[in-house]
Amino acid sequence: MTTEVVDMITVVVDGFEVSVPKGTLVIRAAEKLGIQIPRFCDHPLLDPVGACRQCLVDIEINGRAFPKPQASCTIPVEPGMIVKTQLTSPVAEKAQRGVMELLLINHPLDCPVCDKGGECPLQNQAMSNGQGETRFEGVKRTFQKPINISSQVLLDRERCVLCARCTRFSEQIASDPFITLNERGALQQVGIYENKPFESYFSGNTVQICPVGALTGAAYRFRARPFDLVSTPSACEHCASGCDMRTDVRRGKTLRRLAGDDSTVNEEWNCDKGRWAFKYVTSVERLTTPMVRNSSGELVAASWPEALAAAAKGLKASKAAVLVGGRATYEDAYGYSKFARVALGTNDIDFRSRLSSNEEREFLAARVVGSTTTYLDIDRADHVLLVGFEPEEESPIVFLRLNKQVRKRALKVTAIATKLSIGVEKLKGEFVKVAPGAEAAAITSQSLNAKSVILVGERAAESAGVLSAVAALADSSSAKIAWIPRRAGERGALEAGAIGNLLPGGRPVTDASARVDIAAVWGTDSLPSAEGKSTQEIYAATNAGEIGALVVGGVDPLDGENSQSALAALEKAFVVSLEIASSAVTQHADVVLPVAAVTEKSGSFLNWEGRPRSFDAAVQDSLNRSDLRILSMIAEEMGTSINLGTVSAAIKEIASLGKWDGARASMSKVSAPAVPTVSGDQFILTSWRRLLDLGTLQQGEENLAGTARATVAVISPKRAGALGVVDGDKLKISTSLGSVTLSALVEDIHDDALWAPRNSRGSQLLVNLGVAHGAVVSVVKA
Amino acid sequence: MSEQLEPLKKSEISVNDIAYTQMETGESVGLLGHLKGFWIPFSKMFKKTLTVEYPEVKAPTAERFHGRHQLNRHPDGLEKCIGCELCAWACPADAIYVEGANNTPENQMSPGERYGKVYQINYLRCVFCGLCIEACPTRALTMTNEYELADESRAKLIFEKEDLLAPLRQGMLMPPHPMYPDMDDSNYYKGDVKQSHPSQDVK
Repeated sequence: MTTEVVDMITVVVDGFEVSVPKGTLVIRAAEKLGIQIPRFCDHPLLDPVGACRQCLVDIEINGRAFPKPQASCTIPVEPGMIVKTQLTSPVAEKAQRGVMELLLINHPLDCPVCDKGGECPLQNQAMSNGQGETRFEGVKRTFQKPINISSQVLLDRERCVLCARCTRFSEQIASDPFITLNERGALQQVGIYENKPFESYFSGNTVQICPVGALTGAAYRFRARPFDLVSTPSACEHCASGCDMRTDVRRGKTLRRLAGDDSTVNEEWNCDKGRWAFKYVTSVERLTTPMVRNSSGELVAASWPEALAAAAKGLKASKAAVLVGGRATYEDAYGYSKFARVALGTNDIDFRSRLSSNEEREFLAARVVGSTTTYLDIDRADHVLLVGFEPEEESPIVFLRLNKQVRKRALKVTAIATKLSIGVEKLKGEFVKVAPGAEAAAITSQSLNAKSVILVGERAAESAGVLSAVAALADSSSAKIAWIPRRAGERGALEAGAIGNLLPGGRPVTDASARVDIAAVWGTDSLPSAEGKSTQEIYAATNAGEIGALVVGGVDPLDGENSQSALAALEKAFVVSLEIASSAVTQHADVVLPVAAVTEKSGSFLNWEGRPRSFDAAVQDSLNRSDLRILSMIAEEMGTSINLGTVSAAIKEIASLGKWDGARASMSKVSAPAVPTVSGDQFILTSWRRLLDLGTLQQGEENLAGTARATVAVISPKRAGALGVVDGDKLKISTSLGSVTLSALVEDIHDDALWAPRNSRGSQLLVNLGVAHGAVVSVVKA
Repeated sequence: MSEQLEPLKKSEISVNDIAYTQMETGESVGLLGHLKGFWIPFSKMFKKTLTVEYPEVKAPTAERFHGRHQLNRHPDGLEKCIGCELCAWACPADAIYVEGANNTPENQMSPGERYGKVYQINYLRCVFCGLCIEACPTRALTMTNEYELADESRAKLIFEKEDLLAPLRQGMLMPPHPMYPDMDDSNYYKGDVKQSHPSQDVK
């Protein structure tokens, strides 16, 4: 790594010298000295615009003074510059007071009804840099209020000070220019396009950066004041991007979540799902007491000792396996991993409750576990290849990072996909169009180098041979691989060994010295040595009678392929379910144990980089216990203690395990099967999950669901012509299991392929069709 | 060393040696003195009493006495409280709890967009300082002269919105009901609404 040589420039601000890198803005140089110049439009992550004029200061360069005060947010420092802010220059002070008075002329005095009241930069700076009395005697300009610019963002135009933060964010950061400044003069206002709603996955950020109460969120409207809220730094549980967040709780209920400031990860931004999808904790009917299935087959409430005894008895009675969803925290996943090995004596554990393959499992063990590709590698890459990964939908902060580099230095992005997505279009990416299942060949023909990064999504596992091709390409080009799953807990579960072929820390289970390592720390004589089964194999073995009991935590059986087999297995086996609310699993469970939701416990997630994102309990006085604690209690009851009573005990134990320095598991090459040929009304189905869809963690948030993208079936112009279909016509897509009917959208997609959202309103492919990718479906105009 | 750690003994004074001594008494007051003393209460028996026979008789308080709070209404019956929480903010005893909410066309509780959905004052905490009254931007919160605030349980001393709302007077309608026709919230604040309009009676 080369250290960049930075030219430093020394300037004087209010009589104090400060050295800052060349190109630094005056307002930032003053900040470095702790001198705060009032401002509204200035934001360190947005291009300067000088719209509000609040930051006026007196500037003199080499003895020559500017004739009038200048906006310090637009002027970079220069050698010999002497800056006088409002603290030392009466001229600057008067200018700022004047600007404030002008800004307040049309600003309504409705602070009591405004959500921003109490945390409003305009309120604060009017107090610190304004004057108490107004000289304006006319009538204030008013607008009709408020207007919904989307179902979750409301605009009060009369409060707007025209700082253009929201419009600049939309254009520069999110590349969703659906909001702009209209009109001129006193009537200038923020507006949306008549025909296009403000449909952005990042619109919540505009609410957070609005320096007045002009943009407010529908979910938080009139709900609280800042002094009511107890704020806890937290981590986002929605995806593997790993955003730093702040959770604001009033009386045990989460009222809002804000993006935290972590320049290495989310840079003060987050997506709308992370910001607004938090009601699932309170909107669903939570499980409050343990339940045990009685002799007549009904689930009845039971005491903890009774339920734990029943669970222990059932798990000891037959061979058991563990299914843990991708949403468990790192510590909880570690608890499941240890529980499977120590208490159940099996390696049959899998965190992948989705479409997955054994090729993927080998890829994860050989390439992903312990890998150190980070956001910084994206920042420095010369070429980013997206494989089975749709950043805007599946990991929005990765999208923002890519977009930043695309905008800044025209980073080359190539997407190997079946369909050109909106996100890739915004990234000005090269779209390599392939048929579903034919991705591997396209990967092999890419030329990368050591500065390139391959971003592999979890959907890469859905086409055989893709991950082998990725590994081969990385080997031949020395490009870096980053595996970016959708769910927040998957990387942590992988590192914790919640998968059949790995022990914690990436130790292969088949490696004797790795087993000795772990057995020594766990204080057991030996660990099972055979590789465990995958999710699908566990369900199949249960149906075949080989496995008699299942421990299931945070799994939706309808998320994977072959959900009938999953449901049959849950029906057949003795199931211990650890859940926050009743689900398809608890309906079949024999023992149901209520657990804490993310806001009620501490812990951490590992984001896709493997970076720990730890958080404390936001709701302090919850009586719910974490999965880890409950597993510990079951193990105790079974007579094989796992000694993980608290999160800190798990953290300590994980740290004492250390990193694996032995040989990595190897990966056997899988060659891609032939792509099915289709004709007539046949299509190969392809899909991905949208960011905003019918996900379990988005329950109860109607305003958020209102901005989800329309549910459509995408086909190519050529096939549309053959079928006689135009945009908006209904298409009936069917398999032997069932059918869905969707509106058609003719777009840039492979001729053989039909794309539909995987889990959106009206299009739950895995439930309705039983398939989601690579399968042949028949399509007729309905 | 060991001598220094011994407790100090003051051999000069011993508690057993303290002698009790007789107090010096004055001269006897005599019969005249006693009569003089009894005359004072006797003479007061014929004067007007200042004692109030509370609770049978209740004396009026001072006009601006700080008693129980009241949530006022606009002349058409809509609530004045907008749920802004400034009272809760001003309260030095943390006695006030407010939750705001959105007015909707079907559920218009106050003029404008916002009303107080939950309003509680905890009279176990309230110190009757009146800072909340000063803070209220809509004059929704004022104090009455009512001072009888004792009760038998703590829960009963947390007054809810229903307990604090002013009664409906002549010309008022029980909200929720729409705003006065052709008027907006600023008309309400200017006092343009004098009483309810027949069209507001939606029930």
